[in-house]
Amino acid sequence: MASNLLFNIAWTHVTTRVRQTLVGMAGVAMGVGFTIMMAGLMQGSQIDFLRQLVDTMPHVTVQDERRTAPPQPADQEYGAVQMSNVANVNNRPGIRYPESVMASLRSWIPGDVAPSVKTTAIIDHGGRIGVTLIGIDPRQEIKVSKLASQMREGRITDLARAPNAIIIGQALAEKLAVKTGNSVALIGGQGTEVSSTVVGIFRSGLKRVDEGQIYTMIGTAQVMMGQSGIINELRLRLNDPLSAEKVAAQVEGQTGYKSVSWEEANSDLLSSFAVRDFIVFTVMGAMLLTSSFATYNIISTITNEKRQDIAIMKSLGMRETSVRRIFIIEAAIIGVVGTFFGWILGYSLCYSWSQITIYNTLTGTTVPISIYYSPMHYIVAGGISLLCCTGAAFFPARKATRVHPVEIIRGAS
Amino acid sequence: MSEIALQAVGLARRIEGAVSHTLVNGIDLAVNKGEFIAITGPSGSGKSSLLYLLGLLDAPTEGEVIICGEPTSKLSEDNRAHVRLTKCGFVFQFHFLLPEFTSLENVLLPMRAAGKMSEKEMRERGLELLASLGLKDHANKRPNQLSGGQRQRVAIARALSNRPEIIVADEPTGALDTASTEQVFGILREIADQGRTVVVVTHDPALAARADRRVHIVDGKIHETFAGKGKAELEAAAPTVSRV
Repeated sequence: MASNLLFNIAWTHVTTRVRQTLVGMAGVAMGVGFTIMMAGLMQGSQIDFLRQLVDTMPHVTVQDERRTAPPQPADQEYGAVQMSNVANVNNRPGIRYPESVMASLRSWIPGDVAPSVKTTAIIDHGGRIGVTLIGIDPRQEIKVSKLASQMREGRITDLARAPNAIIIGQALAEKLAVKTGNSVALIGGQGTEVSSTVVGIFRSGLKRVDEGQIYTMIGTAQVMMGQSGIINELRLRLNDPLSAEKVAAQVEGQTGYKSVSWEEANSDLLSSFAVRDFIVFTVMGAMLLTSSFATYNIISTITNEKRQDIAIMKSLGMRETSVRRIFIIEAAIIGVVGTFFGWILGYSLCYSWSQITIYNTLTGTTVPISIYYSPMHYIVAGGISLLCCTGAAFFPARKATRVHPVEIIRGAS
Repeated sequence: MSEIALQAVGLARRIEGAVSHTLVNGIDLAVNKGEFIAITGPSGSGKSSLLYLLGLLDAPTEGEVIICGEPTSKLSEDNRAHVRLTKCGFVFQFHFLLPEFTSLENVLLPMRAAGKMSEKEMRERGLELLASLGLKDHANKRPNQLSGGQRQRVAIARALSNRPEIIVADEPTGALDTASTEQVFGILREIADQGRTVVVVTHDPALAARADRRVHIVDGKIHETFAGKGKAELEAAAPTVSRV
């Protein structure tokens, strides 16, 4: 059967029912447009958040601990005797031979590595606040973190300008009413207390970092920890952050130390994203499915109105499948045109949303809403919409074309 | 010996159900090529049912319909559709033209469905057919712009478009005025005279008498068969149909 004939008949049907056709197309366009907008918004906000997260923290952190507790001396000594309440001897003496380990890692990892000392401390400046104190080597740190670009006041290298100098987060500085050049008391876990000078203020965008993390030189951190010469963390930055899990596994296999990728460190957050994705995709699918009901209604109406035409086309010798195809083509026309306008609507909505600025509690600033523009959103939304439209047309078309022409012709006579 | 264009052998059509009906009951009929036969009978006698069986619009419960020597009872629905498309032309009581299409587009429909000619050839043939039926100036009009007689003539042109061997007409003049009735019947007569087989169901005994043969059906069976008056009666009334 000539396909242009079927298209011709289908085109005539949809163009002679302008209002119905426009309603159907509007339904499809709304479904596609809002789906694209939701996908852009959702993915935009997610990517924006992850970008901040990945920028703020090392892609892989090698810690001076093992995944599983090592065999205890008591167990090794008295293997046949069950012993209870024996203290688990699991000292964390730092990473052994950190320079050698780093040199080895640098030879193969796609990125760079820097040493650090991570401990806890208390800042005393009128009130006392517990913080995570990270000792870094500024020359190496700039290769593995965005701290240098996150500085709002001072520079990362200023840490070397004063004894016991520290760089603190903007939120913490505001909390303590501390400015660059001020001195604060820093108290380590062993009770060591030193007077530190604030030489810089940074803002990462993550409140928990800006409020609870401060940087100092490695030497100062070691003093506060009471363990001179210790390096208890290696911080890796990779060219491709998405390879972090793979690299972490390789590093752990090589060094034996627990290596945590940024994905693992934020696995709870990422799993909540997965749940959110599932919910949003379900809603978007439902939107597209609902929009196809308009097409279903229109095709049902047309097939009901056209029962006589269907009968006559069949009696003239057109096959049932060909007649059915006419109505599927009609739905496809509605779907294609509706999808096209849906794409325009979706893009317009995304653009409009991106012009709106909102207060971001994460960064404490007013920023435009993040929209992610992806051709995949348009392809997937359009594809699902077309599938739903043709699927919605199939059933009324099948029902209508199964009617015996004699019944209709007799009825009309 | 005349060549048989259409043959029914032991043709029966029953509708099974709570109350079973026998619409056609064991009919044997042979229609020669170029013959014009009229099927008559009272309402509910089964004449239209017989016509639908002969035109493969309906499938018999028993018996066989042989079209141009080809048995059809074992054909699939798609193949039956193909036979209808290429060998049969249908004219019904109502024109059944597609309302959104012009006269010419309606005539082109079976040709385009068959897909054997180029668009140019189809248009030429469509216009030629319409002109031969006196509708040259109505080619671009939609059915709602035509009179009843004109619509029925467009339907006849559509039935002829694929050059079918057999024209099957079910009360083609049932909804027409006297003048149009004469005209349409005359056209069908001319078609038969040009060598095509025409089978017409009609209530009108006067019109049926002009056929080559009249088959009277009662209760789904052939009750009587008469020889008709033939062509001579129609010569004065019918417009000339050029060979199409």
